[in-house]
Amino acid sequence: MNSPMTITEKILAAHAGLEAVSPGDLIKVKVDLALANDITAPLAIKVFNEIGREKVFDPEKIALVADHFVPNKDIPSAQQAKLMKDFALKHKITHYYELGEGGIEHVILPEKGLVVPGDLVMGADSHTCTYGALGAFSTGVGSTDLGAAMATGMAWIKVPSTIRLEYMGTLRPWVGGKDLILFTLGLLGVEGANYKAMEFAGELVKKLPMDQRFTMANMAVEGGAKNGIFEPDDITCNYIAQRTRREPVLYKSDPGACLERIVQIDVEKIEPQVAFPHSPDNVKAVSEAGHVPVDQVFIGSCTNGRLDDLRIASHLLEGRRVARGTRLIVIPGSTLIYKQAIREGILEILVDAGAVVGPPCCGPCLGGHMGILAQGEKAVSTTNRNFIGRMGHPESEVYLAGPAVAAASAVLGRIASPEELGN
Amino acid sequence: MKLKGHVWKFGDNVDTDAIIPARFLNVSDRELLARNCFADLRPEFSKSVRPGDMVVAGSNFGCGSSREHAPLAIKAAGVSVVIARSFARIFYRNAFNIGLPILECERAFRSFDEGSSIEVDLESGEMRSGNGRIQVYAKPIPTFMREIVQAGGLVPYITAKGSL
Repeated sequence: MNSPMTITEKILAAHAGLEAVSPGDLIKVKVDLALANDITAPLAIKVFNEIGREKVFDPEKIALVADHFVPNKDIPSAQQAKLMKDFALKHKITHYYELGEGGIEHVILPEKGLVVPGDLVMGADSHTCTYGALGAFSTGVGSTDLGAAMATGMAWIKVPSTIRLEYMGTLRPWVGGKDLILFTLGLLGVEGANYKAMEFAGELVKKLPMDQRFTMANMAVEGGAKNGIFEPDDITCNYIAQRTRREPVLYKSDPGACLERIVQIDVEKIEPQVAFPHSPDNVKAVSEAGHVPVDQVFIGSCTNGRLDDLRIASHLLEGRRVARGTRLIVIPGSTLIYKQAIREGILEILVDAGAVVGPPCCGPCLGGHMGILAQGEKAVSTTNRNFIGRMGHPESEVYLAGPAVAAASAVLGRIASPEELGN
Repeated sequence: MKLKGHVWKFGDNVDTDAIIPARFLNVSDRELLARNCFADLRPEFSKSVRPGDMVVAGSNFGCGSSREHAPLAIKAAGVSVVIARSFARIFYRNAFNIGLPILECERAFRSFDEGSSIEVDLESGEMRSGNGRIQVYAKPIPTFMREIVQAGGLVPYITAKGSL
């Protein structure tokens, strides 16, 4: 009879071929999916070549996505993207995605049904933790780990202990997954979940739609976590059933499982949140923001570039105009979302309001391109990090928020709550 | 292995954008990474750092992105070891994987001044000031990480063993 385990421990044990694991155990696991993008793949490919295997461990279990510096932003970026493409062609990698069929890696992988509950995913990108929303174990690693995984199909990992976050109550209007995770980061701090599994639990999360779960799991890394995870339920199963025939493995945490910490969060009092410069844990309620004029608003990214996010933004922007002196840039997270947004009339509403709509990519999130900030400029952004210089000049400022606050801020030209628009 | 070098001090939460700004991520060339290490945070660093110098930092060093360019830039700049109160987890494993030694130590930041000369023993974790008056100890590197460091990184480790 095994001792009770958390969902994270169960997935890790299963992939290590062990009956049970405990926090602190150093184990070697089989990887179901190894992921890299145009800036992390070149180093991973170099590592793969140094290891010297002729073939990748499984061409069906690797995903290579061009999303960070595409459409190619300059010659070096183009060279990196081509290197990744050539490798994908040489090794017959099934899941290679570039512009026109792809989008942001952490948006398209679930969309294409590449991850199911019970999977173990390693990605050379810190926001790989996003797929924990599907009840998978999913974590970010560096290019060397990824190169080794492409060669061997294995990775080493230390079993994390779990912090369980229990969300209870009813959400106030305009409050969504982004506000919940920002509030949580404000509580825990950027190191508060260091090396831990963040388990998102409580009655409320069972009602959250998938898009909002992806948003929350996406930012687990901002608390220092190894992974973020939701127990799979009917909502999860409906989502994947529409996208893949692969059978999920549905794990749940055992009632007596050992947890490092339980944090209970009553959402009734939570307003839309804003993370002030220069840290994702520098969080305030939007009503406490004060007067902060903004030069740019960005809606997109692997955090909030999904259809629900665009719907919220277009609902607030319909019949309104972006404030003079403020730029609004919107980037749908994938080609599919882009098409859906066209069909639903969302893009028309956004463009009529004065927004600029970009091709599915990471864009300005990491200071790449498509909306870099000048010295002294301030932006409200639905992205996930706002350290100094994140979106451009070291003396620019980034305020993180959800799509509702972002849209309201675009209309009023300053940080604003959607309630101020009189909806 | 005993190291000797001058201290460069950094505070808490030095993130990967500070270590190597994203605009320099379109290259993997070590020279270029070294030249842009800490480009926005300490612009004088890349010109003034000497081989064997050491980074001493507060908590959560290397937080943010998984980019391996961060420890690579530090290593390419000639830094021999990074000593911090704590490390962000992806930076921690990336550093070992590429053969950049790191040590966790509660007291190093308080004990050593910017620019001072210190000696570090990677095996024992002992760190002392040049005049020998200050001595602090780092947490020992876990056995598995030590094997990777001794091999020179994850790739030589795998190549030598034939597998992970």
